[in-house]
Amino acid sequence: MEENQGVKLLGFWVSPYVLRVKWALKLKGIEYEYIEEDVFNKSPLLLKLNPVKGQVPVLVHDGKPIPESIVILEYIDEVWKHSPLLPQDPYERANSRFWAKFAAEKLQAYAWEALCSRGEDHERAIKASMEALEKMEKELNGKKFFGGDKIGFVDLVAGFISYQLPVYEEIVSMKILDSSKFPAITNWINNFLNHPLIKEELPPKHKMLAYFSNRRNVILVQNSSNK
Amino acid sequence: MGEENKVILLGNWSSPFVKRVELALKTKGIPFEYVEEDLSNKSALLLKYNPVHKKVPVLVHNGKPVCESLVILEFIDETWQNGPHLLPKDPYERAKVRFWVAYIHQLLESMAKLYTPDKEAREKALKEVHEKLRVLEDGMKENFPGGSPDVRAKKLEILDIMMIATVGSFKTHEEVLGVQILDPERNPLTFSWVQALNELPVVKESNPPYEKLIALLQSLKESGMKFYN
Repeated sequence: MEENQGVKLLGFWVSPYVLRVKWALKLKGIEYEYIEEDVFNKSPLLLKLNPVKGQVPVLVHDGKPIPESIVILEYIDEVWKHSPLLPQDPYERANSRFWAKFAAEKLQAYAWEALCSRGEDHERAIKASMEALEKMEKELNGKKFFGGDKIGFVDLVAGFISYQLPVYEEIVSMKILDSSKFPAITNWINNFLNHPLIKEELPPKHKMLAYFSNRRNVILVQNSSNK
Repeated sequence: MGEENKVILLGNWSSPFVKRVELALKTKGIPFEYVEEDLSNKSALLLKYNPVHKKVPVLVHNGKPVCESLVILEFIDETWQNGPHLLPKDPYERAKVRFWVAYIHQLLESMAKLYTPDKEAREKALKEVHEKLRVLEDGMKENFPGGSPDVRAKKLEILDIMMIATVGSFKTHEEVLGVQILDPERNPLTFSWVQALNELPVVKESNPPYEKLIALLQSLKESGMKFYN
């Protein structure tokens, strides 16, 4: 087992990207120092450790900074080889990377759009979200987790579906996570949220409701003044 | 070709995403069968192997499809362990390379926006491209501490592949759009790196025919069609 030498994580309490990394560290039993950043008022430390993007999360291992949540997950899996997040077989690994990418780049983007838009754009985003969810439903195919019996790479990246999407739904009174349409996903959400390591590490719901309501309002105003 | 290691690449001559995979296979010396797809009339094979996105490239290895160019590159490096490596061995170095691979991928997305019909959006996209190239120039300095990259002796690695597939044909975009993208004075390292890569036989033979690409980009510009659908 790798010797644990000073692991730090720069994060922001509500960021799903940060949460993926927290979950991964927890699943592997890696101790770390957490540093909360205000992303609307970035510290010199954050800007020094991630000069290109200035974003969280940044993992710092032995003084070496690693930004980008998915890059961090791959790094963690390579350095701490116990409790693997990715499967061993290259084809299975490719499949995991494919679905992680899909969840992060498609579903997450459509869901955000559904939150921060009105009218036709909003309806289109809901439809796109549901179509994406349908594809993930098929991939899940009765498994407990995307990773099989255990939580894996895809579960961590797609985890935002379980706790963040319901918050979005509540804010704009929309329905994306239809349990009759997505029984496997609904089951997965339950399994995921009840996992002992995951449920200890979730942002408080009331805080999320306030935060994302506010973000939605800000973005709606910005978009209407840009038109 | 033995059935135990049969590789098929579904692609399109103009796609930079396909280019990435083609260069990776050639660098690794992996024999493959290339199948040209007409993207305006997608084959049953493509729809079967990539039902989610219906896009090229798709790598089919022993009958099993792998989709998404960056996923394919990692798959290739993990499956064919003998010969040149696309990614470094050290986890931290790998993380740094993956960061820049993702960044160059985003640069390509910005370049695609140069073809949008809206003039204001085009100008905004050009600023974005220049800014990303500036950041890339700074970021790559660490990779080439000697200054100018000499790529003749070495095999292509993933960053070389990403650069060529993304910025390699910058002159075609400059000609079609009437803008300057890569400036040898503002981006000296990037410029000389791309030039050196373009001289390599494996790159030369993989590059799409210049005039053919110009014609395609011209029609894209005029129709306002989405780039690389």
